[in-house]
Amino acid sequence: MTHHYREQIKNIASKYGNDRGYLMNIAHDIVNEFGYISDEMVSNLADVLNLPVVQVRDMISFYAFFPRKPLGKNVIRLCNAVIERMKGADEVGKAFEKALGISFGETTKDNLFTLLHTPCIGLSDQAPSALINKIPLTNLKPADVPQIISELKAGKDVSDLPQARVQLNLKKEGEVICAPLDSGTALRNALNMKPEEVIGEINKSRLRGRGGAGFPTAMKWDFCRKQKSPIRYLICNADEGEPGTFKDRVILTEYPDLVFEGMTIAGYAIGAKEGIMYLRGEYAYLLENLEKVLAKRRHLGLLGEHICGREDFNFDIRIQLGAGAYVCGEESALIESAEGKRGAPRDRPPFPVQKGYKGEPTSVNNVETLCCAARILEKGGEWFSKIGTKDSTGTKMLSVSGDCEHPGVYEVEYGITIENLLELVGAKDTQAVQVGGASGKCVAPKDFGRRISFEDLPTGGSIMIFGKNRDLLECMYQFVEFFVEESCGWCVPCRAGTTLLEKKFRQILDGKGTAQSLAELRRIAQTVKSMSRCGLGQTSANPVLTTIYDFADLYAEKIKEENGKLLTFDLQKAMKVGIEASGRTKEGVK
Amino acid sequence: MSTNVVTFTIDGVEIKSAPDKTIIQAADDAGIYIPRLCYLKDLPPGGHCRVCTVKVNGRPVNSCTYPVAEGIVVENDIEELNSFRRNIIEMLFVEGNHFCPSCEVAGKCELQALAYRLGLLTPQMPYLYAQKELDATHPDVYLDRNRCVLCGRCVRASIHLDKKNVFGFENRGINMKISVNSNDGLQDTNLSKEDKAMSVCPTGCLVVKRQGYLTPVGKRLYDKKPIGSEIETKKVKS
Repeated sequence: MTHHYREQIKNIASKYGNDRGYLMNIAHDIVNEFGYISDEMVSNLADVLNLPVVQVRDMISFYAFFPRKPLGKNVIRLCNAVIERMKGADEVGKAFEKALGISFGETTKDNLFTLLHTPCIGLSDQAPSALINKIPLTNLKPADVPQIISELKAGKDVSDLPQARVQLNLKKEGEVICAPLDSGTALRNALNMKPEEVIGEINKSRLRGRGGAGFPTAMKWDFCRKQKSPIRYLICNADEGEPGTFKDRVILTEYPDLVFEGMTIAGYAIGAKEGIMYLRGEYAYLLENLEKVLAKRRHLGLLGEHICGREDFNFDIRIQLGAGAYVCGEESALIESAEGKRGAPRDRPPFPVQKGYKGEPTSVNNVETLCCAARILEKGGEWFSKIGTKDSTGTKMLSVSGDCEHPGVYEVEYGITIENLLELVGAKDTQAVQVGGASGKCVAPKDFGRRISFEDLPTGGSIMIFGKNRDLLECMYQFVEFFVEESCGWCVPCRAGTTLLEKKFRQILDGKGTAQSLAELRRIAQTVKSMSRCGLGQTSANPVLTTIYDFADLYAEKIKEENGKLLTFDLQKAMKVGIEASGRTKEGVK
Repeated sequence: MSTNVVTFTIDGVEIKSAPDKTIIQAADDAGIYIPRLCYLKDLPPGGHCRVCTVKVNGRPVNSCTYPVAEGIVVENDIEELNSFRRNIIEMLFVEGNHFCPSCEVAGKCELQALAYRLGLLTPQMPYLYAQKELDATHPDVYLDRNRCVLCGRCVRASIHLDKKNVFGFENRGINMKISVNSNDGLQDTNLSKEDKAMSVCPTGCLVVKRQGYLTPVGKRLYDKKPIGSEIETKKVKS
């Protein structure tokens, strides 16, 4: 057995030139081959790559999609994101447990099935959903489960199951992303300009990064271009992991040419020869088509050497598949991951535009930003700057899910109010809207007049709607649980702080908290926010911090305290064991 | 004006420093103590503990990685930051399993000393009581993860000072732990008790065997003077 995999691991590694920079790809191939990657395989791989085993283990053990113990032949990953649970994921989970006779985290005795939970997989608009062997299943009902299991037992392919269908759910097409594209037009326009002029056109459009932070794109490209280095990289961040986000799923399915065109233009503008698309592991099912589009573009001379006949412009794109780690959406963690390491964010400065991928200047841009850039080169910065608001030009792709009639993706002009958006998507009796995902802001009805824009309510695109009958604080608690799961562990405030926040929050929600507990909750949350290393940590307390004032009543309801006494605390019950052991009761010795 | 010197302030005190220094290096040179746990002078910074966070022009940044710059206004010894630092130390106390009264490094433990200096009383945060692994396989040293604060000093020291790769990290989030370069514990690594990595642990996680409790109470490193005073005495002298 040992020799058997030794040889195969050697072959896999040599396919990637035994280059540690491809450790993610190598690990993916090993897991595809054997279903897992054991300690012994890690040692083996370390030998082959001539690396310390501790470094290979460090990386492998970080990612959810690199199991270190054998799993069943079919790995069911049921999504337990907030919206999925609102739509019945727990019931579907119970049906799976019943049909398989196992609990979550377990494998059936015949080694046919392993049942796991996974955070948001970008299908909140067609929840409940699951990944079975990387293939997405949508709109699951508990009643579907027995048949799914029996068909898989009979050897049917997951992709042949009737539930293995992802709906596009593009509900509103706007004029920037969703307009028809004549491949190559924008790129040819760009190549007729100097790189500086391309950046100038982007500057004219006042385009800002669509990931949520809103950094001016032209400025980022300009910084990157001006670094003194012969090598520069362009990275497309397609790691949308923010709970409730799925707009990149739609863009990558429907408009991949636009994304690649944008990447090529960006590559030209900053002076890069290599582009990387970092695609989240959960979207592995999109990979085949994306590779096809890349091949087609190479064939058409829009990618590769001498693009559009230009002797001096070579640029190609490779797709780097992630492996289940939310933090890799943070640009410096993404870079670490693309280099084949654990996805731990870096301290700044230096910024990625100064020292990024492989230590070289790197511009990391969101999928949607690159689409906008392509469109700007097609239609002009002037045109783009007239859409949206003064500080937020263009449109925004919103992923809308939760309590509304028409969940899906909407391309809207920046500046739309929450109120208008709710009307558009058919939401009634809304208790709160989560803008920007778990790390975003929970907006109360009094603020529904506020606008989606960088100057007011910025968002990477996630809009989750909570109807009036939802237990809002439980939803917030689930966000906190998500951060516990996804903290990278590098820094103390996020690693320990998120877990402590979760414990304190649970205590309060269970009616075991006092006014003092609320103060403690705030103290932990503030520390996590102010002291954490990266954006994940700094925003991981937002579910608490953005509700504790605006929804103070909900918290107050949970505090069962009178004259400093906790009403839910039963002294006699708490001391039951001791009382029985000692034989002493309130009334005296028995 | 010479470009070899930048001038800035820490808590209103004017500091002159070479431009290639980080804030914490410049502060150390000037005899100003910025509390820290994972930073060590001879190692590249790790950015794990965040205790050395200061405010630069009002924004919190990590002083062990942030470069000095002309005219920046640094805030360090202010209650807002000290209370956050105290909270971080408290988090570490409830995350691990720390029993100072019986611990062999009590009195020279940097975690304990920081708790005293920052005025931490009994933790109010919930204890996690996590199960941690002990590695006593090596003949000369042991690794007690109950006391680990994941500062990564041993990882960096082994790589950069010993030119070995004995330590690393494993897993993520709250399950992250120190890992060693073998599948069978420290005994199968090339760690030696003379390694620099053996002298950098701020707590009693990585210690040489058979050397515990050698220093009597009263003569231990932090028995008479608080942590940081070794840096602050420089200021008094100059």
